[in-house]
Amino acid sequence: MDESIVDQLATASSQGPRAIVETERLTIQFGRQTILKDVSISIPRGQTVAIIGESGCGKTMLLKSIVGLLRPTSGRVRFDGQDINLLNDQDMTGMRKRFGFVFQNAALFDSMTIHQNVEFPLKQHGIPKGKQSNRLIIDRLAEVGLPSNVMPKKPAQLSGGMRKRVGLARALILEPDLLLYDEPTTGLDPIMSDIINELMLRTRKRYPVTSIIVTHDMHSARKVADRIVMLHPFSRLKPGESQVLFDDVPEMLDKTRDRRVKQFVNGEAGERLMEMLVTKNEGDLETPNLYDSIRRNETDGE
Amino acid sequence: MATDPYLHNDNLKSRIMAGLGRVTNAWGGVAVQGISTLGDISLFTFQMLRWMVTARPKRETLLPNFYSVGVLSLPVVALTGTFIGMVLAIQSFHQFKSIGMETRLGAVINMSLVRELGPVLAATMLAGRVGSAMAAVIGTMRVTEQIDALISMGANPIHYLVVPRFLACVLLIPALTVMADFMGIVGGYFYSVIVLGIDHAQYLRNSRDFVGTFDLFSGVFKSFFFGAVIAIVSCYRGFHCQPGADGVGRAATAAFVQSFVMILALDIVLNLFLDAIYFAIWPSGAKLF
Repeated sequence: MDESIVDQLATASSQGPRAIVETERLTIQFGRQTILKDVSISIPRGQTVAIIGESGCGKTMLLKSIVGLLRPTSGRVRFDGQDINLLNDQDMTGMRKRFGFVFQNAALFDSMTIHQNVEFPLKQHGIPKGKQSNRLIIDRLAEVGLPSNVMPKKPAQLSGGMRKRVGLARALILEPDLLLYDEPTTGLDPIMSDIINELMLRTRKRYPVTSIIVTHDMHSARKVADRIVMLHPFSRLKPGESQVLFDDVPEMLDKTRDRRVKQFVNGEAGERLMEMLVTKNEGDLETPNLYDSIRRNETDGE
Repeated sequence: MATDPYLHNDNLKSRIMAGLGRVTNAWGGVAVQGISTLGDISLFTFQMLRWMVTARPKRETLLPNFYSVGVLSLPVVALTGTFIGMVLAIQSFHQFKSIGMETRLGAVINMSLVRELGPVLAATMLAGRVGSAMAAVIGTMRVTEQIDALISMGANPIHYLVVPRFLACVLLIPALTVMADFMGIVGGYFYSVIVLGIDHAQYLRNSRDFVGTFDLFSGVFKSFFFGAVIAIVSCYRGFHCQPGADGVGRAATAAFVQSFVMILALDIVLNLFLDAIYFAIWPSGAKLF
């Protein structure tokens, strides 16, 4: 095992289960639209948390505000006890060495080769150079199951799954303390999705890393996460209700009484389908044929 | 049934007021948007200048941009410069011949080229070839989260993406301008002397007498500003690209159109400024006739 990993493990164990990431009453607004409102989440060191929720509930915004890609309208984001929005440019750059971000579509730089993409964080932070750097890149690519012959290729020459794995290798190259995955299995076939899940599990075993995974994929969330947090779109909440609908271990998902959590977990449209069909004029249906067919199916079912 | 004339007038008045309100609201929105964009561009430029002086750009980001702006733009600038020189000769020849002054064509063509057409043509070519490509590349990076990826890995996107493009445009556009001038002069000479049969010695003497160093300087001087405008407008449009293919397309189009309008507007201001300097140094000025 690398010396740096041993050091990190020692540091992690000495610091105990103190939260590495904390959001305190985090609010994000764009103009009049509120995306997140007073969201407070605390993530202990070493934990793998899956953030689930329907599209538009602010999962990716939460992820981006944790790494300082998005400045919250109000509230705080603390990483290792430090409010990241109070850091100057230089300190923030130093802090970013401790983050690894796996983007939804990998976000590899088109103009660079795979080698240059994975090498980028090393160059950016000036560590290490030459043969040592090459060895590290080959090792990281091997960890995600990619041979060294992909290194001279451009991202456009790889499949979606391979690009995601390169994205993971790039995020791992600096051995970060915090790994953030934005919908890592979206757009992949079931086999490749499971490979990515296994890679996330292996990464957690190999490095003392805290992971936050934003996903829609319940199979992935249940398999990989120690804890699941479900967010609900702010616009659909009742007054005074918290945007965090569920925050517990995956096993508790099946025991929850909240109808909205159950619907999401089981993939049921429920009343959302009816809402979608009704136009502004009450009772006037946009697509009566579809509505009729749904009603017929319901009647048949009865 | 009798109608109430007051109610009718009241309705008309309220409709007119409502219409005026809507127009004022719409124009107010446009004004606020314009001022906000201007403020945004100023901040963007300030950040770019700050990064330019605080951190040296990396060689691997500079060289590809210098190659794209300088080397790859050279053939198209040279070709269009040649054609413009020839077109000027064709257009002016008959007018000058009718007053028996066709030998002065050299002065007119070369003066127009070095002071005006060379720099504007090089800038237009650069805005079309490089400016829209810059907006499209940066816009695509924005919508595919590559800019977020840069930031998340500790790189500043203004330093990494904008500064090299700005330096490439500002430092290489004078060379492109000189190339456009030179090829325009060659094209004009070729058409006037070889095709139209104007006396070679008189053509050259007139050119030499009326086109001075200040004229060449003023064209090159203006080109620095044109290059800066192209880089700033194009990179800004790319950074503020809307999502999707349509957003990238719009950013590329806006980059060219806005750069071109800004080039022409700046041209007027810079010409007034340079004329003021010229007449301050040489109050009598040079006369063609």
